[in-house]
Amino acid sequence: MTPEELSKIVTIEQDTQRQYKHCVRVCVAAGCISSRSDEVQQALEQEAARLGIDKACQVKGVGCMGLCAAGPLVTVDGEKTMYRQVKPEDAGEILASLDGEPVKRLACPTDVPFFTRQRKIVLENSGAIDPERIEEYIAADGYSALLDALTTMTPPAVIDTITRSGLRGRGGAGFPTGLKWSTVAKAGGGGQKYVICNADEGDPGAFMDRSVLESDPHRVLEGMAIAAYAVGANKGYIYVRAEYPLAVKRLKTAIRQAERLGLLGSNIFGTTFSFTAEIRLGAGAFVCGEETALIASVEGKRGTPRPRPPYPAESGLDGRPTLINNVETFANVPTILRKGAEWFAAIGTEKSKGTKVFALAGSVANTGLIEVPMGITLREIIYEIGGGIPDGKKFKALQTGGPSGGCIPAQHLDMPVDYDSLAKVGSIMGSGGMIIMDESSCMVDVAKFFMEFCRTESCGKCVPCRVGTAQMHDLLCKITDGRAGMADLQLLEELSDLLKSASLCGLGQTAPNPVLTTLRYFKDEYLAHINEQRCIAGACAHPKQAEVEAAV
Amino acid sequence: MSIAIARPPLPSQDKRWKLVEATIRRHGYAGDALIEALHTVQECFGYLDEQALRYVAAALRQPLSKVFGVATFYHHFTLKPQGEHTCVICMGTACYIKGAPAIIAAIEEKHGVKPGQTTADRKLSVLTARCLGSCGLAPAVVFDGAVAGRIGQAEVLKRLETLLEAKKA
Repeated sequence: MTPEELSKIVTIEQDTQRQYKHCVRVCVAAGCISSRSDEVQQALEQEAARLGIDKACQVKGVGCMGLCAAGPLVTVDGEKTMYRQVKPEDAGEILASLDGEPVKRLACPTDVPFFTRQRKIVLENSGAIDPERIEEYIAADGYSALLDALTTMTPPAVIDTITRSGLRGRGGAGFPTGLKWSTVAKAGGGGQKYVICNADEGDPGAFMDRSVLESDPHRVLEGMAIAAYAVGANKGYIYVRAEYPLAVKRLKTAIRQAERLGLLGSNIFGTTFSFTAEIRLGAGAFVCGEETALIASVEGKRGTPRPRPPYPAESGLDGRPTLINNVETFANVPTILRKGAEWFAAIGTEKSKGTKVFALAGSVANTGLIEVPMGITLREIIYEIGGGIPDGKKFKALQTGGPSGGCIPAQHLDMPVDYDSLAKVGSIMGSGGMIIMDESSCMVDVAKFFMEFCRTESCGKCVPCRVGTAQMHDLLCKITDGRAGMADLQLLEELSDLLKSASLCGLGQTAPNPVLTTLRYFKDEYLAHINEQRCIAGACAHPKQAEVEAAV
Repeated sequence: MSIAIARPPLPSQDKRWKLVEATIRRHGYAGDALIEALHTVQECFGYLDEQALRYVAAALRQPLSKVFGVATFYHHFTLKPQGEHTCVICMGTACYIKGAPAIIAAIEEKHGVKPGQTTADRKLSVLTARCLGSCGLAPAVVFDGAVAGRIGQAEVLKRLETLLEAKKA
């Protein structure tokens, strides 16, 4: 592959696109596929062929359009006309309307806050390009950042750009990406190094990484290749959950295509830089999201973490310096290089730059995937973009960061979303899952749910986490059953403190967060369970409460 | 002079073992291919039995204890054969607060199986998943590999009925 060949692919692809008068895009990411969007795509293709307009109208499957709640989604000629809950039977009507008025019955307005308030960097190609064709990614400026980096920039210059952009790790903890890259670059003088992409999205309630991999896999590969060049690595692994078969399939296709065009492999763009990428499947262990456990799993071992230091940046896979970043972090890299560090740094807040992809789920009207600039308030996300709470119910709490995060009450809704503000109220940014809960959710029950999760997912290596999560879970069960006293509440607080300070890895250290935040903001619910054997939300079945109700 | 390393013979004539061997060969018989090899066995046979664990251990020259350790550490691997049909209920946060526990209770009442169990006639296995990532469609249930979203208890029981009927006919 030479630079000329790359621009030739762009020209050919753009010419092909121009031959079509219309383009009908069908979302074929996992969300819409489970509402049968693959059949919709098939029906549209067959109908176009039957009408003999398949030379003028292109039907293609694209990545996630965001509004999963209304799937299957279809757009016609760009984003202006969007259809919701399309069925295969609607194919004829949609194609017949191409040159006239859009089909009113199916229309999904796109001038609403859900679409207009978003700012797309990571998701810029999602819903626009076919994730299974590398040509479309290249035509959308894809791999041009890699070309620029390899031919016009030195590795330190690439790292400098990332550092100046202020990009922080999107996996949850928010470590400065540039700093991580320079540590790996400086480590181990010239030997073998690795780059690993962490796509082990284990937080229940998070599906951002899956969507990125399903919608735009080449962006992640390009980001990894740039990172490898910057830190001096030539081999990369992508560690993906086995629960995401579609993401794995599209990633495999993407790697094969990139290898065929010479965008992965030896001497990329005729330079001395070589880089290969390989997929490693996870096997369902939440703890493998922790970097040292992930490395053990890539090595084919049980995924147990080890004490740090040494950090993977110095001694990781195979004992070699290893760079581990999250999917979304890598996905930001090509755009930062293309548009410049200053452009990126101008988005967001002082300490949290750029955008963040969130997965909205739970009790909210518009469930789905959104990308918003850092610094937006939680209220804007829930009530404007998310469309508020359905069925006239009242907002109770927002859960971010999964089992490591916390529940944020209504009084903090006007807080800006960035790493530091979220930490201040006891939660974390996490990988980006946002679960909205209404008044029918019992917060003690939610805390119990997460503690049960941590209890089963604890790898068992260190005692505080292995025994502590079990003890805390038992105490929470006692509370929701109405068997607990005030001494149990105190014990719960003491154990929280113990797990936080004494656990080996992030799983145990953050496991008490859901308990601590619910204790801080919803203590009345704990007290009602303990003192009155009553669940305020009516979610937990208390034996005593049932008796009272039966008597009435 | 090259020394030929003895490769263990395939456990049986079953063609599926060739696929397992191919995976192991692709990774150069290296120990770090263990998880990949177990994935292939489970894809081909549905579960991991003792014979498979012994074969993988011998082919990768790893101690059987390590292979057993890895196979039991990860939730994805199962050492028990599954029923003819599987029903996986997502227990992620979004599905949990949208009623997944009620679905599990309904299935248990109707079919007498808890998550992780298979009916006595080996027709149906009920499992739970940590999170399918279909949170936008909560609650989600997977019937024989096909995801169904926004599904209620009644609908789940109906789908199971159809699934079990279909095989009888």
